[in-house]
Amino acid sequence: MRFDLSETQQLLKNTARKFLQAECPMAEVRRLMETETAHDPVLWSKIAAQGWTGIVFPEEYDGLGLGMVELAATMEEMGRALMPGPYLATVPMAGVLLDAAASAAQKRKYLAPICRGEARAAVFEGGLFAQDLGVADYLIQADRRNGALELVLWPASAVAAKPMPALDLTRRLYEVAITNPAAGELLARGSEAQAALDHMYDVATTALVAEMLGGMQRVLEITVEYAKTRKQFGKPIGQFQAVQHLCADMVLLVETTRSAAYYAAYALQEKLPEAREAVSIAKSYASEAYREVGNRGIQIHGGMGFTWENDLHLYYRRAKASEILFGDATEHRERIARLVLGG
Amino acid sequence: MLYDPEACGQSAQIAAPGTKPFNKRISRQWYDDRFGTTRMDLNLSPPEIQFRDELRAWLEQNLPRNWKQEHAALGAMEEKFAYLRRWQKKLYEGGWVGVAWPKDYGGRGASLIEQVILIEEMARASAPPVANVLGVGLVGPTLIAYGDDAQKKRFLAKILSGEEIWCQGFSEPNAGSDLAALGSEARRDGDHFILDGHKVWNSYGWAADWCAMLVRTDPQAPKHKGLTYLLVDMHSPGVRVRPLRQMTGESEFSELFFQNVRVPAENVLGRVNDGWNVAISTLMHERNTLGANLHIVFKRQFDRIVELARANGKAADPLVRQKLARCRADIEVFRLTQMRAITRVNQSGVPGPEGSILKIFWSEFNQRFQQVASEILGPYAQLTGECEHSPDEGQWAYGFLRARGNTIEAGTSEVQRNIVAQFVLGLPKSY
Repeated sequence: MRFDLSETQQLLKNTARKFLQAECPMAEVRRLMETETAHDPVLWSKIAAQGWTGIVFPEEYDGLGLGMVELAATMEEMGRALMPGPYLATVPMAGVLLDAAASAAQKRKYLAPICRGEARAAVFEGGLFAQDLGVADYLIQADRRNGALELVLWPASAVAAKPMPALDLTRRLYEVAITNPAAGELLARGSEAQAALDHMYDVATTALVAEMLGGMQRVLEITVEYAKTRKQFGKPIGQFQAVQHLCADMVLLVETTRSAAYYAAYALQEKLPEAREAVSIAKSYASEAYREVGNRGIQIHGGMGFTWENDLHLYYRRAKASEILFGDATEHRERIARLVLGG
Repeated sequence: MLYDPEACGQSAQIAAPGTKPFNKRISRQWYDDRFGTTRMDLNLSPPEIQFRDELRAWLEQNLPRNWKQEHAALGAMEEKFAYLRRWQKKLYEGGWVGVAWPKDYGGRGASLIEQVILIEEMARASAPPVANVLGVGLVGPTLIAYGDDAQKKRFLAKILSGEEIWCQGFSEPNAGSDLAALGSEARRDGDHFILDGHKVWNSYGWAADWCAMLVRTDPQAPKHKGLTYLLVDMHSPGVRVRPLRQMTGESEFSELFFQNVRVPAENVLGRVNDGWNVAISTLMHERNTLGANLHIVFKRQFDRIVELARANGKAADPLVRQKLARCRADIEVFRLTQMRAITRVNQSGVPGPEGSILKIFWSEFNQRFQQVASEILGPYAQLTGECEHSPDEGQWAYGFLRARGNTIEAGTSEVQRNIVAQFVLGLPKSY
């Protein structure tokens, strides 16, 4: 029994951190968030060269064939770096949906280019918007048609994407309009489509929680560093218990989310019967914890924390968007209640 | 270095979709060569499974089927305690007491994971506790670490068998969170110490044969440097025990009074005036092993309150569902965070400040949980065990009050947060 990353997984995570420190520092994040799409093709090709675009997909489609824990460890580092762009939409969402629902021929055609870093994709289910559709080569739509759920793939040429300005500046939302209804390609239908969609949400939610964890960890570190150096009344403010206890609360929030995040990843990877509950526990935790860590971090920074130049609001914006994505804490607690209490 | 920015830079031309040839370097083989092939594994190892199965088989044979009724039917607390002593004797004969102790001292040299397995299996089987909780869990390990051969020979076996019961005398009326400010004094008198003092929050004082104490032996030295860890015979003249009645109405704790008590100098554990270091090792043991059974206790209470919520219709109330789901998540997250802490301690060998994180979490959780339970029970929540209408013999009314102590006992939440701030985050000491 060892509930910790293995040496291999820790090495992967450390390497991801070094890569992102060099290739995606905060200056780069701020540069990209001012661009039209927050996506950088050069950064994307470097990510692909790390193997991340194919990390959980089969080797026969040019993937690495690794598991959920490896995906979570990598996404934790992306969240720490606040990496902008369409990774979440392309890999844990569209890629996982293709892997679960598409035929072998469709996977060769659509999944393999994702693994190789040549294509990006987005997912659209009901609602209003799709994340990072603006830089996607194709869109997978989950839609109830003719009395059954259908997963349909649309090429970018058949879709109009209208930007929707929103809080998170590092990942973009787009209003979706299908402009060529004849261009859709059916991936799966009925119960098969439903199973693929459910699986995708489990994987993507867990990946998102790991990413949120990385962001929380970074906000904690930035804040503790500030509390050690900022002086008032002739002392570092981190010497005051009122500040110390806020920091200790942040540690609790980060560490409990870490337990929930990696257990959800492990449970999915090992197909444990409690995997779905573990995913909802993790998301219900992370949704509140990331926001709360942000609240305390900004509070400790005082006026500096409320400025544009301080990085904390960029994390806080991501925290809010992530809280909403795939269901907030209330929604996931009701899912837990359905599993535990029925009804 | 695995990540080479220059090599990465060379391959970083802009990749228009479908145009750039894929770098065949990126394969699973490439990954395995570069990083390795190990994976996270939460399964028990074969020796751990063997340990667990052996214990389960022993419990199957030896655990009294209806011990709770047998125990409840006994009148006086002395009789109840004697029952637990008999149970400990039986466990001892089976080799299941002090499993973490080295084989030379009557243990099995069990790993931390095996200790946790034992604690969890006992909780799952709802087995009675041992009588000598503090002796086995705290005093014994400290004796093994600091005792001389004569002390080990004299005390250890009788701790395991339950023949001699131990209590601990640390806290005082004016030394709680600031333990090192304690004022009980032991003055050297030939080959003895003369002890005068007053201890509080002492568990098992009324049943104890021995007390492991922290006392001041050098009033001139800085407060941490003048303390000595002393083993005191509770049957000595001048020792008085007074039960301390707590808000639940029970007397789990006592006050101890020492007046001119003569303690042989050979009963100093470790060196004179080095008692603080000896005591710290005890406190580490306290946070290391206490709590491994708690998630099972919480889960059992949770399952019961779910049953009651179904029965009275509250399980359909959306607000109650939110609160119960939060409790369920908290219990699971507590279990998982404990697994991570155990993994770390098992690897480093040293209990660390992780214990403080867990202590804050479970104690604050239990207060929320008992509140949720009482909301579900409505007016019945206030009925105590004496009332025939009380649910579960008053367990929930009791639990509501008892949980209030959780954020105070074994280090207040405030002190635990100081520990996290200073020892996990490296913030400057505030006092």
